[in-house]
Amino acid sequence: METQLTINGTQHKLDLDPRTTLLDALRHHLGLTGSKKGCDHGQCGACTVMVNGRRINSCLTLACMHDGDEVTTIEGIGQPDNLSPLQQAFVSEDGFQCGYCTPGQICSATAMLEEIANGWPSHVTGELDASAELTTEEISERMSGNLCRCSAYPNIVEAIRKAAGGGA
Amino acid sequence: MRPFDYARAATSEDAARQAAEGATFIAGGTNLLDLMKLEVMAPSALVDINRLDLNQIEEADDGGLRIGALVTNSDLANDTRVRKHWPVLSRALLAGASGQLRNKATTGGNLLQRTRCLYFYDRATACNKRDPGSGCAARDGFNRILAVLGTSEHCIATHPSDMAVAMRALGAEVETLKQDGSTRRIPLGDLYLLPGDRPDRETVLEQGELIAAVTLPAPVEGRQIYRKVRDRASYAFALVSVAGIVAVSEGRITRANLAFGGLAPKPWRNAEVEDLLTGEASSDALFGKAADLLLAEAQGFGANDFKIPLARRTLVSVLRELSQEASA
Amino acid sequence: MTEHFKMDAPATDRRLDDMAQGLVGAPLDRPEGPLKVSGTATYADEWQVDGLAHGVLVRAPGNSGRVVLANRNAVARMDGVLAVIDDDRLLRNPAQGTANEAPIQGPHHAAYMGQLIAVVVAESFEQARHAAQSLEVTLEGGTLMPVDPTTAAVEPQESKNLDQGDLDAAMETAAHSVDAIYTTPSHSSTPMEPHASIATWEGDDLTLRGSYQMLKYNRNELADALGIHPDRVRILSPYVGGGFGSKLGLAPEAVAASIAAKQVGRPVSVALQRPQVFEATMRRSETSQRVRLAADAEGRLTGLGHDALVSNLPGETFAEPILQASHFLYAGANRRMSMDLARVHRLCAGSVRAPGEAVGVTALENAMDELAHEIGIDPVELRRRNIPEKDPESGKDYSSRRFREALDSGAEAFGWADRPGVKERREGEWLIGYGMASAARVNVLMESQARVTLLPDGRARVETDMTDIGTGTYAILGQIAGEMLGLPRDAVDVVLGDTALPPASGSGGSWGASSSGTSVYVACQAIRRQLAERLGGEEADLTLKDGSATFDNQTRPLAEILDGDEIVKLAHLQPGDTSDAVRQATFGAYFAEVAVHAASGETRVRRMHGSFAAGRILNAKTARSQCLGGMTFGIGMALTEELAFDPRDGHVANHNLAEYHIAVNADVPQLTVELLEERDDWANPMQAKGIGELGICGAAAAITNAIFNATGVRVRDYPATLDKVIAGM
Repeated sequence: METQLTINGTQHKLDLDPRTTLLDALRHHLGLTGSKKGCDHGQCGACTVMVNGRRINSCLTLACMHDGDEVTTIEGIGQPDNLSPLQQAFVSEDGFQCGYCTPGQICSATAMLEEIANGWPSHVTGELDASAELTTEEISERMSGNLCRCSAYPNIVEAIRKAAGGGA
Repeated sequence: MRPFDYARAATSEDAARQAAEGATFIAGGTNLLDLMKLEVMAPSALVDINRLDLNQIEEADDGGLRIGALVTNSDLANDTRVRKHWPVLSRALLAGASGQLRNKATTGGNLLQRTRCLYFYDRATACNKRDPGSGCAARDGFNRILAVLGTSEHCIATHPSDMAVAMRALGAEVETLKQDGSTRRIPLGDLYLLPGDRPDRETVLEQGELIAAVTLPAPVEGRQIYRKVRDRASYAFALVSVAGIVAVSEGRITRANLAFGGLAPKPWRNAEVEDLLTGEASSDALFGKAADLLLAEAQGFGANDFKIPLARRTLVSVLRELSQEASA
Repeated sequence: MTEHFKMDAPATDRRLDDMAQGLVGAPLDRPEGPLKVSGTATYADEWQVDGLAHGVLVRAPGNSGRVVLANRNAVARMDGVLAVIDDDRLLRNPAQGTANEAPIQGPHHAAYMGQLIAVVVAESFEQARHAAQSLEVTLEGGTLMPVDPTTAAVEPQESKNLDQGDLDAAMETAAHSVDAIYTTPSHSSTPMEPHASIATWEGDDLTLRGSYQMLKYNRNELADALGIHPDRVRILSPYVGGGFGSKLGLAPEAVAASIAAKQVGRPVSVALQRPQVFEATMRRSETSQRVRLAADAEGRLTGLGHDALVSNLPGETFAEPILQASHFLYAGANRRMSMDLARVHRLCAGSVRAPGEAVGVTALENAMDELAHEIGIDPVELRRRNIPEKDPESGKDYSSRRFREALDSGAEAFGWADRPGVKERREGEWLIGYGMASAARVNVLMESQARVTLLPDGRARVETDMTDIGTGTYAILGQIAGEMLGLPRDAVDVVLGDTALPPASGSGGSWGASSSGTSVYVACQAIRRQLAERLGGEEADLTLKDGSATFDNQTRPLAEILDGDEIVKLAHLQPGDTSDAVRQATFGAYFAEVAVHAASGETRVRRMHGSFAAGRILNAKTARSQCLGGMTFGIGMALTEELAFDPRDGHVANHNLAEYHIAVNADVPQLTVELLEERDDWANPMQAKGIGELGICGAAAAITNAIFNATGVRVRDYPATLDKVIAGM
């Protein structure tokens, strides 16, 4: 099945078994292993990427469904010598330990900050018609689709706050 | 995952035609692919409907809202009209799943998601929903998350949606399209079938019938809340949930729309409970009676027995909050 | 020449305190951080290997009987399928930590439902997964075997029993007493990276890219399982996506990948599917614990009893060591302890983060809370009154123990003085309560080797097969070497996770940092001595800082002193007499505030604080993170985590991350951690002790004790899910 994907700004033409998930297309066919397979069932968030600007679980979607779509993975967010402010904040706040959930956390957080900027409410937002503040509670709720068994959650929240300028 | 043919639908009619010939619709895919990976579902063909023009939220002439089947859970939750006039729906959506899943999951797909019964998901165990006639391993198994209302001896699964519970309280209808171009409207409460002796049949939809939209009636008076009780603070299915819309005038309840999640094979609503409340003065005694009526037929299966007192406590708490707020 | 060091006497010289670089203890970032946050750290199933085939494992559908693969030939002919393998050498269950030999092998008889009995190999993952799901597995001649530890046959663990004084009499004459049974369910480590291996053969030499915690043991386990010499096996695990005990011992996928790769003549990747992680790695045993406390009128313990029932598969000797800290945490002259092991056909029980204390201290700390309530004294004060002067069983001294300070300092930091009475504080629909618990964990030193090379340009390289499973090994080994050799942190390269390097302790039992760290320390000391020798003096008079050596008031760059040479030292640490001469342990205290919903019984942890004393802290940032992780495991244990076994066949019903509820971000408040300054001379020459597990050892009790304070409900059956809370409300 021929599929064209723009990944981190680069066009890729792939000929895939229709069963191939977006995650497996990245990991097995493009060598982009930054997106992780933690559960393969949308229950952990380690595979989070952005498609057309929105965060999704790449394990729960077929690559062929994304013909023509723009995909941003962790590799497109920043590189070891050119980290995004959020990636840098994860390093300095120790927002990870084993590091396996981390790319998903960062992709998720990158998109999540955009969601807050766009005025999206969350489960913990007090008033649905008011804009949400970047509180600890808001960040925690919005990041709850990304599990971390090392449990760096408090540091993840701090890293996000710091990168977003919400409190150094 | 079994091999399948994949095709992208050009039009809704085309999608309905392909499905009538045996293909399975795929939209967000967040539950279908989950099940296909386990081969609990194994369609021979998928028809991808994501590019159909079904992702609009439009205001209807009657003051209601028409929500395209492909509107994502995120877009629906964030819609300013929904937030303002049907807040229980936004709240229910935001209480469900995760940010990532809500970005992918669609309105139609959310309604049609399958149960989270652990035995349904495990092909090595008996499940009448998955393999009709094989039995129900859940009844005497680990059934903590399963139903206490509307069950049958063949199935005790719950419907896992939060969104559908709010829509049920709001009196939503489903608008469908068949391959011949005909459409019909189905009240949400009539969309779902109780398990009876055929738990594999979950809705009244015919093969090839496509959900095109969900319509909400015009906003009604009253305060709205969605209370979801779950094991984790987030990213967990409801053990019990209540979507409530209650209006109070001069100390008396003038409207009580109540729908329940986590208790039954479908988003549950009981008109008798609402009738019992309507016209009465708010009191804990009244709320207790409402709960008694709601749960009169409830039956637990061991590990899920607690849902009966939990539903009672939750309903009373929700009614207290709604009637206090409404009268304040 | 190898530098041998045996820990036979306390290291009172505290040489690290004399060093000048200022690295050890500093809260430095992890050097591998940029790789991890950019997705460029390579985990096991991510190596780009030419010709890679994919294997997917197949489970047994029941817990006994002979395995029959009815359609194996048809499956073998499916699209892309290269092999259907049920080789005799496949593992029945993983190896226990430090086993050093293969566990029970053989896929032809099922011992538990979920046992991995075959691997299907295909060109693509999609083909392999479908073929694996198509394999019809039946069990012939099987019956339902016992799965319930409360009714199964039990083997008393007599060597673990203790009977000191007369506990029965102490209970009878006690002014106050508690006699309660606490139960904890099975837990799964379920690290975010599923167990995965890529096996590559070159002739008879096997390279396994795996995800393991203790490589020197894993190599021997794999070689033994395959029936080849360990010299033929190399394991690479430079990055490990979490382990928490589940990657201590060799797991089924490694053997399956190795056999498959040999058979199909290509590299093969086998990764566990998430349900398989739950069903076929290790579980923490469920426990039933009877705790008896007898106290005088002032709350001084006169007796302490702890009797436990745990379980495991037939043939497995591991028994969750629940009583470890009960032996030494509190006073009480009359003591009785016992362990029983039930034989059940559930998946294998083994190490999950802090085996023993994680659940054992939790039950003890619940009982202490009950006793404090019974007596009517502050729970912190009850603990203070029962800190024994010497080990209450052996009479040995404690090595270092800032337990009292942790209690006091933690109470102060948390604001414990503001503690409400039982059911006294309410905010709207939420009932507010405070709870506390002590933390305790045994401290262990293990044999470990490392090679340190001081390079001619004045940089250094540390090499060992030690792993970093998120624990901070890359950071701290670099800090130790940099400190000892007077080098900035970024002048030290740390190479880990390769069995071709000197064998280390591995990561487990909280001993990794102190054991592997000591080997680096010893190697650096040897380098320092050699440098001193070159300068014609004594090591003690040498100051190394920022790449230069100062001796006799002269400062010269190391590169100049080395003059083109490199200094290589291999150090070999062995534990010695100090292990048994004193009681070595780490201590601490947790404080938690919870809110319990008055209607639903849902509990949310609002605040949680931990004060810990674990000897010298090697990196304040990574040590704190380890404590955050432990405390969060404690939140999960207290409120949500439970492997739900089917009551008939014992399979893990909730074998996924949607229904096995590890804590999510919203479950965890901004935890606070205090690391007390401490030096333990008996532990090792760095005076450091283990910190990786201390944070979980009793944490759950602080939360359930807070639930009692909020609601008056004692949940003695973990986890304290809302159904159990409302049952008492």
